[in-house]
Formats: sequence, C-alpha cells, structure tokens
Amino acid sequence: MSTETTLSQVPHVGYLQLGVRPHLVANECTQCKARYFDRRNACASCFGSDFVKVDIPTEGVVRSFTIVTFASPGIPVPFVASIVDCGGTSVRGNIINCEPTPEKVHLGMKVRLATFTMGADDNGVEAIGFGFEPL
Amino acid sequence: MAADDIYILGITMTKFGKHPDKDTVDLAAEAAMGALKDAQVSMGDMGILAAGCLMGQGSIGQQIQKQIGQTGIPVFNVSNACATGATALRTAVMAIKAGECDMGLAVGVEKLAGVGLLGARPAQATKEWTPSGRFGAVAGTDGRIGTDNMPGTFAQVGMEYGHKYGGATFELFARIAEKNHAHSTLNPLAAYTKRMTLEEIMNDVMIAYPNTRSMCSANCDGGAAAVVVSGAKLRTLSKEQQRRAVKVSASVLTSDPYQEACQVLPDVNTLTRNAAKKAYEQAGVSPEDLDLVELHDCFATAELVHYDNLMLCPEGGAVDFFNSGATWRDGSTPVNVSGGLESKGHPIAATGIANIWEICHHLRGEAGDRQIEGAKVGLAHVIGLASACGVHILEKSAL
Repeated sequence: MSTETTLSQVPHVGYLQLGVRPHLVANECTQCKARYFDRRNACASCFGSDFVKVDIPTEGVVRSFTIVTFASPGIPVPFVASIVDCGGTSVRGNIINCEPTPEKVHLGMKVRLATFTMGADDNGVEAIGFGFEPL
Repeated sequence: MAADDIYILGITMTKFGKHPDKDTVDLAAEAAMGALKDAQVSMGDMGILAAGCLMGQGSIGQQIQKQIGQTGIPVFNVSNACATGATALRTAVMAIKAGECDMGLAVGVEKLAGVGLLGARPAQATKEWTPSGRFGAVAGTDGRIGTDNMPGTFAQVGMEYGHKYGGATFELFARIAEKNHAHSTLNPLAAYTKRMTLEEIMNDVMIAYPNTRSMCSANCDGGAAAVVVSGAKLRTLSKEQQRRAVKVSASVLTSDPYQEACQVLPDVNTLTRNAAKKAYEQAGVSPEDLDLVELHDCFATAELVHYDNLMLCPEGGAVDFFNSGATWRDGSTPVNVSGGLESKGHPIAATGIANIWEICHHLRGEAGDRQIEGAKVGLAHVIGLASACGVHILEKSAL
C-alpha cells in the first residue's frame, strides 16, 4: 500500500484519492445528497446541478458478489467482483487479499479499502488500483 | 371487442439455434412472413413497421421491407438492449393507439451463435498510464473494479437478493435452471431441448459464481414477429381471425428510476416492479389470475428476483415460492414453460416478441405437448440493461 503520493504514481481512476490514507471521492448533489463517481450535468435523482466533492468511508459491508472465472481475453481470473455498502454509499470493487472461493467470501462480510500496484508504464509511472480486503 | 382495444392478429418465431446459412435479414423476413401468414394478411395491410436487431447496423426495418415488400410506410428501427423486441411491439401498439394506422408489424432478430461472453471487451496492454473516459481511468476497469460481463452482473443481482432475504444458495439457483431445461424438452423451437440433472448443472463450467454455463442464457440465432391490429379493424375481419386474435390487455415499457445503488450495479428490480404494477392496473388482472408467465431468465440468478418483482409471490418470498414448485409447468404459476432464455435461447432482439409468441400459443390452445390446459391470461416480461423493461399481459379471445 502506498504511504505517499509521488509524481511517479497515478490512481487507476480519478475518484481514487491516493496519499497517506487512500480513499474514494464522489460528487455529491448539494440538494439531495445523491452521490456519483462520474460527472453529471444534473442530479439523476432531483435534477439539481450543484455538486461538491465528498470522501467515502473506507470500511463497508459486502452486499453482493460474484466470483468471475470466465472473462474476456487479457483479464486475469478468478476474481471477486462485489458491491460494497460504504456507510450508505454503494461502491463497486473487487474483493482482494482473500481467496476467491465461496468458502472465504460471503455476503455481509466486513471489508476495508486497500490499494495495490498495477505496475509501471514505459515512463516509470506506477498506477495504483483499489479493492476491498476482509477486515 | 372494444374499438380501441389492441390485438395480436398473427405471431411467429423461427427455430432458435444455429442458422449458419441465413443472415439476420433472412431470419427477420422468415419471421415477418410467418406472422403475416398467421394473421392471414399481407404487407399491403401494414401501416407501420417497427424492427430491431441489437447487434445490427440500424436499418433492419428497411432491409426487411426490401426482402418482403416495400410499401413506403413509416419504419421505426428500435434499440433497447434485451428489451428491443418488446420495444418494437410497443411502438407498433402505440401507433395504432394514436390512430395513425389500424395494423402494424413488429420484428426482432439477432444472430448470436458462437459470439461468446457478452458485455465484455478484451483488456488492452498499456504503454503509458493516461487518464481517459468518464472515470479518468488509466487502464480498463473490467476485472479490476468489478465486472462488466453479463453473467457476473446478474450473479450479483441474485446474490443481492440473497443478502436481503436469505436462502438464495448456489443449489437453489441451479434448480431454477434445472426446471427451465426440463421445460424445454417439450419445445421443438428451443435451441436446447436436453434435460439436465442438478448435478450436471452444478458441475458444468463455472462462469461467474453462482452461474455455471447451463445457468446462463444461450446465445443463438433467431427471429420473431407479430402483427397487431385495432379492435375496430378486427371486427371487419373473418371469424377465424377474430377467434385466434389475442388481446393485448396491457403493454408497458419503463426505464429505471433513480435509486442509490443503481449507479454501480444495474437495478433490474424497481423498473420491473413499476412495469408490472402498471400492467396489472391496465389489464385489470392480478398476479393470481395468470395462467402462465414468460419472464427474463437471462441467468438463473435473474429468474429468482423477477418472481418477486412481478409480484408472483409476497415481497421477499421468491425462494419459498420456487421451493413450493409453483413455477414448474404443473405448478400454480408456470414460469418459462418454453424453456426460457437458458434453454430456449436468447437471440436478443427476438426475445421480447418470442416470449409473447409463447404466451399466445397457449392462449390459442395451439401449444401441443406443452399446452397449459385452459390458459386464458398470460404475462411476458423482458428487461434490457441500462435499463428498459417491457411487460405485456395477454388474454384469450372472447370468441
């Protein structure tokens, strides 16, 4: 896990904030508090058009998962895809640092955000991904 | 029959399966000609054509016209994921309801045999991490942040139901597939007609837990088409046409309203429930009145949640409902007696008309070996991700 963001690191996605305490950031509607990980012109719930950035809790509960054993070429399998309830915000992410079997992964499991390296590109820049590991 | 009622006058589906010698236009034309013949009318009677081929180039309607009859009528090429066929039918129904014409043709067709996994794209090797797309991603997210493929997405839909209500085990989902494979043995137009044991299903290749291969919809080729007519026009047609006409008591299309969680996992529940409510209201029937249901079992994990969404059981009671045997063909609410998408097959754009054909077949008393005796009312449901849901309630002619 990275302890500091350096110029030679980039997050896998824009909504992953690296640094001392890596976490996810969402765009929250100022009117109804609906949260989005991508940009919206207006809120899908209330049509308000003002958003602020909010930090998402890094701990959550597995609300659903699947163990993917057959995927497109180039995507390593097996992996555990899941939906994690992070303090009321639904987050999509893999369950990592855990054996990908129905015996080890279960509904209602408590997890926390964890990061991992995705390797360096030709310029030596390292990409950092995220997932959720068992608490 | 009321003048402003809508009826299916003719409807057909091609054999689902592999059609290496036919292209999509051939299959669509075969289905369209079949529906016209079944309706005992011609292309010259049609006032509108609505057609869909999800993987096609977008002008399937005009291509069909060139194949079977160009009369200059308006053509609507529609695309609504797995609800494309239902959307085509809904479009034709709306045109008649609007008074634009008194007869219309809806066609859905797809060639999918051998295409493999849907919803996924190959990962690409990266030489330089450059943020792009709506999430500013420096690399593909499929497989790293959840899954984009359909078996995994719908596995999560079923598992989420299990998290909420309990009891949704791997074996339970497998037994849903066992039912549909058993049902398909009576359907000569199904892509697969082989009965499978629970062991065979559970030991089949795992695609995305808990969905094994035989718990996934079968990619295949196929077409389906329907001729719809106004009640006023039907009165002028022969007694035989009136007798075989099937009343469209409800025709509903919905999209997904905002839900917190649907931003990260498609919510296939709310829009289905909304469509079902509206359809029961429109038709003036309740779930207990249904003699058979064809619902969108794109995966075994999906069928379970739709028992609940279509209100065939009390909320949260889908597991008990299935365990009671209700959804087998000899149960109180037979579901997917055609074999469903898991065994009959799922040529995407054809599905939303083919499931209506199945219902009509029973209401007309023409379903042969798999006839549900005395069927008077049926419901057909489809859902396409993003999402779109079509629900049609059909009733036997009063004649």
